[in-house]
Amino acid sequence: MTQLPARDPEGLRARYPEIFNRPVSARLATPAMMLVASAIFVFGLIDLDFSPARLLSGLHQLGWITLMMIPPDPGSSLPAYLVALGETLSIALLGTTIAAVAALPVSLLAAKNIVPSNIFRFPVRRFLDSIRGVDTLIWALVWINVVGLGPFAGVLAIAVSDFGAFGKLFSEAIEAADKKQVEGIRASGGNALHEIRFGLMPQVLPVIAGQVLYFIESNTRSATIIGIVGAGGIGLQLAEQIRVLEWQKVSFLILMILVAVAAIDWISSKLRFAIIGRRAVA
Amino acid sequence: MTVAVSILPEQQLAVLNEAYRKAVARKRFRLMVAAAVFFAALVVASVGAEVNLRTFFTYFGNFVSYFDRILTLEDGTRVWTNIAEWFWGWRKWLWMLGETILISYVGTMFGAILAFALNFFAAENTSPAPWLRFVVRRLLEFARTVPGIVFALIFVIAFGLGPMAGVLAIAIHSTGALGKLFSEIVENADMKPVEGVRSTGASWLSCMRFAVLPQVVAGYASYALLRFEINVREASVMGFVGAGGIGQELVVAIRKFYYSDVSAILLTIIATVFVIDIGTGWMRGRLFGKDART
Repeated sequence: MTQLPARDPEGLRARYPEIFNRPVSARLATPAMMLVASAIFVFGLIDLDFSPARLLSGLHQLGWITLMMIPPDPGSSLPAYLVALGETLSIALLGTTIAAVAALPVSLLAAKNIVPSNIFRFPVRRFLDSIRGVDTLIWALVWINVVGLGPFAGVLAIAVSDFGAFGKLFSEAIEAADKKQVEGIRASGGNALHEIRFGLMPQVLPVIAGQVLYFIESNTRSATIIGIVGAGGIGLQLAEQIRVLEWQKVSFLILMILVAVAAIDWISSKLRFAIIGRRAVA
Repeated sequence: MTVAVSILPEQQLAVLNEAYRKAVARKRFRLMVAAAVFFAALVVASVGAEVNLRTFFTYFGNFVSYFDRILTLEDGTRVWTNIAEWFWGWRKWLWMLGETILISYVGTMFGAILAFALNFFAAENTSPAPWLRFVVRRLLEFARTVPGIVFALIFVIAFGLGPMAGVLAIAIHSTGALGKLFSEIVENADMKPVEGVRSTGASWLSCMRFAVLPQVVAGYASYALLRFEINVREASVMGFVGAGGIGQELVVAIRKFYYSDVSAILLTIIATVFVIDIGTGWMRGRLFGKDART
């Protein structure tokens, strides 16, 4: 066994210069970055009015609120809450479906292997990016201005904001598809539409189905909150009960949301496995 | 070179064809049933969500004209003909935008610190006790599932109106999301260094510090940057419930029909999200190599 020359630090230094004599810039990079990060952090704390006194009194309040939430109790409005939950699930399902149907043709335009020309692809991509840059809640506010308060505005809000996300995800799935099958169709005399229908779609549809299911699940979450701005669903009830400080009802509603999300989670992961089989879940 | 295609005798072919038809028929039947169930669900959902196609088609013009209106100044000219008038409030908006970014930064930092403190307890290979792991995991799940804006609504009442509620809401939500991702990184870490450190008689804390942390810290930073990007979007709507940031200005502009302001604020938000997207992507590429970009 080799003996470590522990008593000979000078020799070690001489033998491993790359460890002992790192340039100052490399040695200082990590601490400098951490220093900058924490400096911004502290500046943020000061600028955003974080004071220990405020934090403590807030935590105190929060403790009271939590105590008042126990036990969760819907009072007499359980039927109304169940209807609202149904509304939320409907919003998620419809919004996602509309978005997926609308995004499929557009995603073809944004895929590199279908539209090789940068000039056409670039505006489509930027268009999808800008839609994604706007939060679902903002879309909900816009749609409320157009079709009025209610769950329909929520459906449209989810549809629009998912349209952006789907367009990007679908086009990535299409770009990742195997080219050989498309070439096969072309070799046997198929036109461009045949290539897409028989060469691409069989490859990308399972991937797309998996993504749509995943989005239905995550949209159940989004659909719970768009009610806060008045676009229907359980969020409307939740925001109202928080505003009138009915904490037992609030905690009941939050529990309902958690259970619903867990249930959808379970169902969609089962379905995803059924569709994609044992392949990796994208 | 020609390849002879072997053709099976008639009876054998008939059997195979029959089997193929059966298999395909079963698959088709299943697909039809699934499609029928799905459409039934859609119909039920559209009743539940009060979908009214007539309203939609009557008012769809409104949606298009809405964009027409938000791109028109009060004197009837297009917004881009008079940039100064369009972005009349740019000082205030930039200030609010800065606040939004700061909210998401501080919130992400808080979330990352908390997630860092909790994730070793949540990971299967490093958790000191199974019950602790169970409790921490449920806590993280709770923080992740309840939407950030719901926390913000509650915190606005507890901590008062202002950015503090937004920061804490984002912090809690990020703790849940990052805690899960962090613990997954730890679960993928190599356990041999841990054994090495433990064999020298080190405590659990030293094992984490000297054996696990060096393996996982780059992954942590990458996920935290990604989260920061998501949180900027999230922070832009925190103002809707009074928790600070540019959302406050936006909701006022939308509700009071200050059309050109809506487009100006939306544009600044979109531009900021773009810049942050590109910036964090570049930073992740610089810090952790190209493969960390995805």
